[in-house]
Amino acid sequence: MHNFTPVSALLGGALIGLASVWLLAAIGRIAGISTILHGSVGLPVEGWRVAFLAGLVLAGLAWQAAGAPLHLRTSLPGPWVIAAGLLVGFGTRMGSGCTSGHGVCGLGRLSVRSLVAVASFMGAGMLAAYALRHVLGVAS
Amino acid sequence: MNASDADAVRGRIAGLAFSLGAGFVFGTGLWISGMANPRKVLGFLDVTGDWDPSLMLVMGGALAVVLFGYRAVLRRAEPLFAKRFYLPARKEIDLPLVAGSLIFGAGWGIAGYCPGPALTALSTLSTESVMFVLAMLAGGLVHRIVSPEPR
Repeated sequence: MHNFTPVSALLGGALIGLASVWLLAAIGRIAGISTILHGSVGLPVEGWRVAFLAGLVLAGLAWQAAGAPLHLRTSLPGPWVIAAGLLVGFGTRMGSGCTSGHGVCGLGRLSVRSLVAVASFMGAGMLAAYALRHVLGVAS
Repeated sequence: MNASDADAVRGRIAGLAFSLGAGFVFGTGLWISGMANPRKVLGFLDVTGDWDPSLMLVMGGALAVVLFGYRAVLRRAEPLFAKRFYLPARKEIDLPLVAGSLIFGAGWGIAGYCPGPALTALSTLSTESVMFVLAMLAGGLVHRIVSPEPR
């Protein structure tokens, strides 16, 4: 467990929580990123969705401007990247949420529905990571 | 433009600014916590490897703030810059919820990206993040086509 970074994990997590509370307090919306993303595709364009997504990308630009490490990875083969993206896009829409919407906001509202979703995607995520690395031998 | 129209416009602009700010703080949290690094996420999901439990603390930290923060906010009659709170009303545990979450989890475990980290990683313009986000949008559209009923 030499990669364990408890302080930055808790601090970053608290910021994620703070942003979620902030969004609810300001405009009454749940900070579920997959739902915000899927809802931003198509008409009518809802400004708050685009603004939130722009803020997410701006945070990455600010992080780079501050000279912090970027963790670029090139080892995962392109077809796997695309397959994973398709699964994440399809699955989050079908399951009405992702790590933020179900994992943070839903659990924060003590939603049983979200608890079932979290157990499902955590379990599937662990199985997939194991299978890809140790059964199929793909470097990720 | 009368006074109440001007107020409405100001409220709309403030709502957009606060939404942008929330996205910015959320994204910063993803970078600080390490969740924007797919290898770190996979270090958590791959429990048989050199296991890194950090992600549990990211969720725990976020959850602690939301548990108390949501409760405090929802005591108010309405949000600051909108007419009402938009809270999910559904409670049923159904097949789309479980199957969709399993499918999402499989993709998450392959690449180490869930939607938030993928979007903030888009700022690096890395080939991987661009491919992933485009595929993610396409996956959402595929679901919209095969399951067109309003959610």
